[in-house]
Amino acid sequence: MSELADLLALAGALFAFAGSVGLVRMKSFFERVHPPTMGGTLGMGLIVVASMIHFGSLHELLIGFVMAVTTPIGYVLLVAAARRRRGR
Amino acid sequence: MMLVAAQVLLGAALLLCVWRAGRGPRAEDRVLALDTLYVNAMLLVLTFGMRQGSSLYFEAALVIGLLGFVATAALAKFLLRGEVIE
Repeated sequence: MSELADLLALAGALFAFAGSVGLVRMKSFFERVHPPTMGGTLGMGLIVVASMIHFGSLHELLIGFVMAVTTPIGYVLLVAAARRRRGR
Repeated sequence: MMLVAAQVLLGAALLLCVWRAGRGPRAEDRVLALDTLYVNAMLLVLTFGMRQGSSLYFEAALVIGLLGFVATAALAKFLLRGEVIE
């Protein structure tokens, strides 16, 4: 059971790392918004589930709920600001 | 061992975010890099808590998640309007 939690944490870390690589390698800002969302949703979810299995508790659901609600709001505000600054 | 590998990957992700925050051609890129930075740091704290076997780190991760969203929203609002509270 603990090995399953470790494997899930490693998979989540891989997704977060891939998102950061995309943040560095993409060309324009509007392309750069896409990759980090992978680490913010799937990577976060996998690591939260790994922590739930590891501790055998449910209170990590709070982190999952908070991140799932707040991440899209932040990105929408940021893209609206970027569009306004470019005048379109 | 796999948890150590996960921590190394998350640390490398933090370094990539720091590079983008320093390089980023415009202010939006820096704010986006800071947002990704706090998400990765929160995941790193969670894996650190799993390694230590203490649930104290869970509360630290929750606080990082909440305050990071507030910081991103305030910075985006500043870029949008030129002031945070109008």
